[in-house]
Amino acid sequence: MLEIRFHGRGGQGTVLAAKMLADAVLRSGRGECMAIPEFGVERRGAPVLAYARISDKPIRVRSRIYAPDAVVVLDPVFAASEGVVHGLKPGGTVIVNSEKSAEELSALRPGFRWVPVPAKAIALKHGLGSQTSPMVNTAICGAMVAGLGVADIESLEKAVREAVPVKVEQNIAAAREAYEAVKGRLHAAAH
Amino acid sequence: MKKTLMGNHAAAVAVRLARTEVVAAYPITPQTQVVEALAEMKASGEFAGRFVKVESEHSAMACLVGAAQTGVRCFTATSSQGLAYMHEMLHWAAGARLPIVMAEVNRALGAPWILWTDQTDSLAQRDTGWLQFYCSSNQEILDTTLLAFKVAEELSLPVMVNYDGFTLSHTYEPVDVPAQELVDRFLPKHDFALALDLADPKAFSALPKPQEYFRLRRRMAADMGRAHQVIASVEDEFARLFGRSYSAVEAYKADDADALLVTTGAPASTALDAVDELRKEGFKAGNLRIRQFRPFPAEALRAYARPGRNLVVVDRNFSMGQEGIFCEELKSALYPLKERPQVFGTVAGLGGGDITVELLKEIWLDAKQGRGDALQPVWMEDAR
Amino acid sequence: MPRLTEDPLKTPLIIAGGKPMSANKTGNWRSARPVIHEEKCTGCMICWKFCPEACVTIEGELPKIHMDWCKGCAVCVQECPVDAITLENEEAP
Repeated sequence: MLEIRFHGRGGQGTVLAAKMLADAVLRSGRGECMAIPEFGVERRGAPVLAYARISDKPIRVRSRIYAPDAVVVLDPVFAASEGVVHGLKPGGTVIVNSEKSAEELSALRPGFRWVPVPAKAIALKHGLGSQTSPMVNTAICGAMVAGLGVADIESLEKAVREAVPVKVEQNIAAAREAYEAVKGRLHAAAH
Repeated sequence: MKKTLMGNHAAAVAVRLARTEVVAAYPITPQTQVVEALAEMKASGEFAGRFVKVESEHSAMACLVGAAQTGVRCFTATSSQGLAYMHEMLHWAAGARLPIVMAEVNRALGAPWILWTDQTDSLAQRDTGWLQFYCSSNQEILDTTLLAFKVAEELSLPVMVNYDGFTLSHTYEPVDVPAQELVDRFLPKHDFALALDLADPKAFSALPKPQEYFRLRRRMAADMGRAHQVIASVEDEFARLFGRSYSAVEAYKADDADALLVTTGAPASTALDAVDELRKEGFKAGNLRIRQFRPFPAEALRAYARPGRNLVVVDRNFSMGQEGIFCEELKSALYPLKERPQVFGTVAGLGGGDITVELLKEIWLDAKQGRGDALQPVWMEDAR
Repeated sequence: MPRLTEDPLKTPLIIAGGKPMSANKTGNWRSARPVIHEEKCTGCMICWKFCPEACVTIEGELPKIHMDWCKGCAVCVQECPVDAITLENEEAP
């Protein structure tokens, strides 16, 4: 079982990111995924948590996640904050919306596998959201699929198509661009 | 076909599949997406029934009391304060023998103002004459809603389908959405013998004599009594058609267990992992899930009662001045037995506190060792 | 003797009278009767609107109170803006 925690802000589509991931996992036939919003009032701008569990067996545990295997950070402000790595297992993956490099982030908080993606720039390039509130969730999903290897990009595209209400093609393009960016960087690092 | 659905959407999809004819509902967190999804389905033409906007939950149920009297299939959804506001009409729906189905998303009651889960809202409606089910997964929400229509229509009694606010209502997971043809076979058009007929006007439920009222209540009690059998046979038919089976009490690794957790709702799903972890650690743990609360499955529960084998109930609800409500009901079910096990009460997660694998393991270990004081409920939480 | 032994499932599910509520004539509840003075009546229909028993109908221009159902509550007497309705003693039939 892979347990993931999401950090974002109200209005960024954090819960939808977890849902799209769950749907992509189901569609790619690699198992089951449960996407769990942190239970609270929806308030734009307030810090928001969500969780996801991925398993090849039916998932029965229905609590919050206290020791995640991976963390996904939608808001660059939180990028390398203490809260983001709280409880994260040693060596755990952090998919993060950041212009910084993996090395820079590792230097700030060593002991984890940092996977940065410039999600804000990608979102804005595809006309998703504004400078003050970019809609980064689909780009983040692309990065997750590449960085965690839990689903294929085609399944994610279908999940995005079903989940986003507007700018469907732009959202898919953002997911794909983030996917390629992370994939390319991981590939380069492996060689 | 499997789809990624939140619990609230699973309920709404079931209502559409059941070809429900009238929905009257008022939105309230954490039920809102049930109403939203049905309104959207209505706007897109996917849902062919009437959607009646109302100014309150009391009006929602009043509207359905009228609609159901004409023999149409009816649904509403609510939560917490909304259910409390509907209370008066719940008695009427049951007494008038109207097969209304309701999704009730368990949420704690204020004061103080609170949104998270707790079952006291629906359990406080236990004497209204509604059947009550408690779901443990989103699949079960969809399936139980379909089952509920059939059971309600066979018994002429309303049914409440309960599930945990946020923990199920807002969590997305794969749900197998059955084909419309299959649902049509399971749920043919409802033929309501008591339906209002304009050509033959009658006065419904006008003042009876005390002797008549007494016998009407006895009739209702008898129908609640035979509900056990009716529900079991509807569940059998459901299993044959859809391949998923349910029962009033679902036991997990109970046969050789030294002590049993007794759980309901979403924590009953987490409890399965707790049992498996305890087993791995060498303990003979087991779990009983109570899925049906009204009628209370006393007989099914007695089958698991062995003297010397402690039972520990995990209640995410509380009756002030008494104890956890499932614990109280279980004790009363076991009392007629000559030899009884110890029943311990645990109160956990009121107002949405997390009921984790770790917490459930502690609760089981505590019960297995035998508590000093079995008379008082113990309040336990996972401090994280 | 005090124990009910009949099969409870033989009891009907509900009480549903073979007659509509209009068959329940409530006129004999009345101890005083409203009388409309047609010369004063303006046909404003306020009595029709306020009658809690819904036993006022409009016949042409003027209201008529149906004594088979009128309970003699006198709401119409109170509400009539031109005092065209008075309350008279009811006499035993």
